[in-house]
Amino acid sequence: MSRRRLVTVLLVLGVVALFAVPLALDRGRSDYSGTDSQVTAVVEQGDPDYRPWFSSVFTPSSSEVESGLFALQAALGGGVLGYVLGRLRGRRLAERARADGDRAGPAREDGAT
Amino acid sequence: MHIAEGFLPPAHAIGWTLAAAPFVAHGARAVVREVREHPESTLLLGAAGAFTFVLSAVKLPSVTGSSSHPTGTGAGAVLFRPPVMALLGTVVLLFQALLLAHGGLTTLGANAFSMAVVGPWVGYGAYRLTRRLGGGLLPGVFAAMALADLATYVTTALQLAWAHPDAATGFPGAAAKFLGVFALTQVPLAVGEGLLGVLLFRALLANARPDLERLGVVAPQPEEAR
Repeated sequence: MSRRRLVTVLLVLGVVALFAVPLALDRGRSDYSGTDSQVTAVVEQGDPDYRPWFSSVFTPSSSEVESGLFALQAALGGGVLGYVLGRLRGRRLAERARADGDRAGPAREDGAT
Repeated sequence: MHIAEGFLPPAHAIGWTLAAAPFVAHGARAVVREVREHPESTLLLGAAGAFTFVLSAVKLPSVTGSSSHPTGTGAGAVLFRPPVMALLGTVVLLFQALLLAHGGLTTLGANAFSMAVVGPWVGYGAYRLTRRLGGGLLPGVFAAMALADLATYVTTALQLAWAHPDAATGFPGAAAKFLGVFALTQVPLAVGEGLLGVLLFRALLANARPDLERLGVVAPQPEEAR
């Protein structure tokens, strides 16, 4: 394995470990609720007279629908990101093939003469 | 995580909207100018927007027993400077406010100010400082991603504390409470986001070096070294 590839693998493992280790150590004691809902509770507790004066124009009807929409957002972003990286890589490989072709062309002529 | 719909009093909601609007308008002009003058940047602009789109959709567990999501705004700030992210970050926030009931329209200004203005600028500052101190591109990217992420949530906590000061301890007490929820949870996420940014830029270095040279992110290399 090249050093470059090794570094990539280690970086990916680092990211996975960063989020997997807390989950594994925790053993189901925490519910991992979102910080936004926790903050909403803090506001209600610290400022009990406050009433939210506007509600969302559209609220997903269940947490399943909400997860699905979050997944859709991630899929859209991941799709575009993958498309861009794929195009950039294809472009580089095409340029390299063209450069190799230019170099190989005259060399073959030299061999023929 | 953004401030929920309706959780800022009207005066704050309007104030933050007015504060964020010029940045977003300037950012929109920066994006249009970049695309018009450098059509070849469109791909990388798409990558910067998409990176923020993915990262802000993924809620990750943290050591504090709660979960939150990264912002991903540092990458675009390093590539195209922060104004571009003012627009791209706000587009993400609008998507989440309209479709996911995450954040909100009345709090869009405040959330845009923290995620699309303060985050990218702090990240860009961290990047420039790292480079000035002799750090390479990748350490600079790590610093930009991690600090853009943290700065966003510190700003959100302070915005909430300003709007909802504690009955007994006032602004400092409320700030400590909100920072305890947001900033603490965000520390491991910021580190993870820094590592993801490094992965992204390694991929870009391998495949889009000419673009990075044109954007001034890496110094041009002699032909044979490529």
